[in-house]
This record gives sequence, structure tokens and C-alpha cells, in this order.
Amino acid sequence: MKLPIYLDNSATTPVDPRVLEAMLPYFTEHFGNAASRSHPFGWATESAVDLGRERIAKLINASDKEIILTSGATESDNLALKGVFDMYSRKGNHIVTVTTEHKAVLDTCKHIEKMGGQVTYLKVDAEGNIDLNELESVVTDKTIMVSVMYANNEIGTIAPIRQIADIAHKKGALMFTDATQAVGKISVDVERDGIDLMAFTAHKMYGPKGVGALYVRRKNPRVKVTAQMDGGGHERGMRSGTLNVPGIVGFGKAAELAMLEMDADAARLSVMRDRLENALLTIEESYVNGNRLSRVPHLTNISFKYVEGEGLMMAFNQNIAVSSGSACTSASLEPSYVLKALGLGDDLAHSSIRFSLGRFTTDDQIDYTIEAVTKAVLKLRDMSPLWEMFKMGIDLNTIEWAEH
Amino acid sequence: MAYSKKVLDHYENPQNVGTLDHTKSEVGTGLVGAPECGDVMRLQIEVDPETQVIKDARFKTFGCGSAIASSSLATEWLKGKTIDEALTIDNMDIVEELALPPVKIHCSVLAEDAIKAAIQDYRKKNGMPELTLEEKIVH
Repeated sequence: MKLPIYLDNSATTPVDPRVLEAMLPYFTEHFGNAASRSHPFGWATESAVDLGRERIAKLINASDKEIILTSGATESDNLALKGVFDMYSRKGNHIVTVTTEHKAVLDTCKHIEKMGGQVTYLKVDAEGNIDLNELESVVTDKTIMVSVMYANNEIGTIAPIRQIADIAHKKGALMFTDATQAVGKISVDVERDGIDLMAFTAHKMYGPKGVGALYVRRKNPRVKVTAQMDGGGHERGMRSGTLNVPGIVGFGKAAELAMLEMDADAARLSVMRDRLENALLTIEESYVNGNRLSRVPHLTNISFKYVEGEGLMMAFNQNIAVSSGSACTSASLEPSYVLKALGLGDDLAHSSIRFSLGRFTTDDQIDYTIEAVTKAVLKLRDMSPLWEMFKMGIDLNTIEWAEH
Repeated sequence: MAYSKKVLDHYENPQNVGTLDHTKSEVGTGLVGAPECGDVMRLQIEVDPETQVIKDARFKTFGCGSAIASSSLATEWLKGKTIDEALTIDNMDIVEELALPPVKIHCSVLAEDAIKAAIQDYRKKNGMPELTLEEKIVH
């Protein structure tokens, strides 16, 4: 088995070799600007973009005219939120979102607040679910958009998008979802789910980095967004900039492969994920974060109490790539805001590790990971004063910590 | 983030992990940090009452690799020093020895605080006047 093992597929996925193969001719042989309508170089790339766009649309049951190609999900989030805020100012200025959204949504909402918008941030329960009754109570006639992510990037919890969309639509608000962690991994259908706008990206589904999409509904209702960049008026005036042809070809190929292989991948990965999770849960005082029933199939987020996440990762991160919700990976010393929003104490938030599997994860990699992580937890607990106190029956909440 | 070789060495082979009997009068215990902040250090010293020389030092740390390395290094430096000499250990000495990046300086501050807290505890237990310690933690 080759080391290191990659279990951080929620951060990014490798490009599938079949995707790369499809892309390569578009760097050298077919390099034309897809907007060059006057010669064969442009015609070749225009038709390649058309095919890519069709495949991307098909994956989410949309029409190709509803796909705005962007540089990635962050840009798509910005375009959806700011573009709707600008375009629908006559209806209202209120947006509803959730405290566990990605920073690309939360920070954009903060920006909108500075521009005079009103944003309501819904809290979540211990498993990362929002309260639909609470949602219903905060959506008003002035609400222009409800923004709830399809699947959470840290804990994998899947939101009931259709029910949320119904609540939004009752008050004439648009349903926007950041589906970066869901598209290509689980079935996402903009018709079935009642989605009006949706951000997603190629590099989380075995496509290249630097290309994403915003789905913008064209019928029932016809949705419009104000462009956030000025320029040549590409993408039906909503997103200017020369199209990233190789990226779009790759995104399209990745979408086609997802259509064919997503279900089989999900079935295989959920078996492996469950095996990993169950084995790690046999370690004393370890807990799964998030909703285990409504969750993407390839991810598990586990807290190993009384050891610190970064210290733990250090024991195996030469050989196994994962992420931690621990503060030490950032300059802020604050642990993951998502885990804190679940009501986890800072100590558990500091102790969390996210394992995210992918198309190329194998059974022997899972075996290796189970053994290495178990060994590391035991080693670090031998070194942990908190573990020793816990074992002696001392309640850590009774100690006066010199907090700093 | 890449760790320095010295941090890796201490992390992989931590020196003086363990527990001394905190009820003994020769043993001083310092417990600093908080689980909420992601690091807790417990540092213990065993002092020769005749010479005031630190005969043994032990630690247990909940924290990142730099916190573990800082405490491991601190216990190594403490052994053989008198408790007065030990007070001169400065967090910046630890930063320098382990080549800690700026974001990990708090780990060294915590180690210095743990040393001082352990010495303070020993002095209290043995009827020596308490030290006035400046508050160094800033985050």
C-alpha cells in the first residue's frame, strides 16, 4: 500500500484520470476562445463548452441555459447572495441563513449587512439540523432568499432542502443552497428539491480546481442575479470573463462520470466509512459529531475526548491526511465554529477529526487508518493530564482553569 | 504547517512523561491552561529539601505537538537546577530551542507558567514566601 493515504476528500478530490484525459486537448490543440464566433478555433471550444454545460446541467436535472459557469463555489455563493440582494431590492432586503454555513456564505452575508441588508442566522441542534418551525417563523414578506447548505462540509449533515424550499416559497422567497459537498456525491435534483439557485464546484467531484457553477432557475420563477463583475457580458450577462474551457470540459466529464458511478461509489464508501467509524468508536470516550441518519456517505467527524486534534494528527499526518476542528491549525486559537454551533464544549471541538473518503479510497487504507489512529489516541491519552483526571473520577468541570 | 525537527523529536520521544505523588511535600505541581483553549499542561517537580535542587521533573500535556514538545523540553531543563535557577527559564529560550513559529509562542508561555506554578506550589507547601509572578499570558 502506498503512503500517504488521502482521507480529506471533503477538502478536495483528485482529478479522475478520465477527466484529465478529456481536458488535455483543450490546452494545446483546441485553445480557442469560446467567444470567438468567427473561426474554427472558437467553434471547437464553443461546442466543447456546450457539451460540458449540458453534462453539468443533466447531473442536477437542470437545463443547460440555467448553468452560469464561474471560478468555483465561493464565487457562485457571492454571485447568488449579492446578485439576488441587488436584483430583488424592491421586494425586500432580508436573507435567512444558518450559523453552520461555509464562510463563503457567512462572510458574504456579513458584507450584505454592511450594504444595508438584514440577515437572520438560524441556530442548529446538536446534530446540525435547523428547526423548520423556527425557519417558518422568521421568513417574512420582506425575505428575498433562504440560504441553507445542502450538506455540511465539516460534519456531513444533509438538510431537508425540499421542506426548506417550500417554507421559503410560501413567502415568495428564493431557495438558494450551497451544494458544494453534495453534488456528485448524492442525488441532487433542482426540480425535486425546489431549488432556485445552487452553488457547486468541480474539484469536490473529481474534476479540476478553478471551475464551478451557479444554477439559476429560468422557469417558475425566472430568477435573475445582478452581475458582480463588469466585462464582456459572458454567461448571459451574469458573469463576465473568458470561459475556462479545459476546466469546463473537465467539470462536464466529472459530471458525466458522477451520473454513472455516484450510486455505486456512495454504496461502497458508506460501507467503508461505517467500518472506520465503528472501529474508532470502540475507543473509549469517542463520539460522532453530526446527524448519523441524514449524512453524506463518505464522511465521519469524530471527537476523541481528552486529546487535542492537532496533537493527535501529528502522530499520523505524515501517513494519513485528515482535517481537524482544532484551533491549533489556525491563528485564532478558536476551535471550529461549526462544532461549537452544535453545542459541543470547546474541549470536544478541539478533539475532533474529520475523515472524508473518496472514489479512490481502498479497504486496506481503512485498515491502516483504524490501526494508526487508535494507536495515536492511546499514546496521546497516556500523555494527557485530562485523561488521567477523568480516569481518577475527577469531574473536569469542577476545576478552576486558568483560562487565558 | 511543518514542524521543526526538534519539535518532532520531542513529540515522538517525549522525555519525562508521568506523574509524581502530589501529596508529598517535596513535590510541587503546576497545572496551567484550560481545555477550552486547547491546551492544558501539568508539570511536576521533586525537590531535594536540603539543596533545593530539582531531582526529578514530570509532565502530562493536552495540546498540540508544540505544547507537548515545550513541556518535554522544560522537564529536561529543570532537572539539576535549583528552584531559584529554574525561575530564570524564559519562554523565549524555549521558542528559540524548538524554533517555534509565532502562532505557537503561547505554548512556550504556557510551559514557563507551568514551571513557575510548580515552584510556587512547592514553596507554599514548604512554608516559603510566595513569589509574585507577573502575568505573562496575553491571548
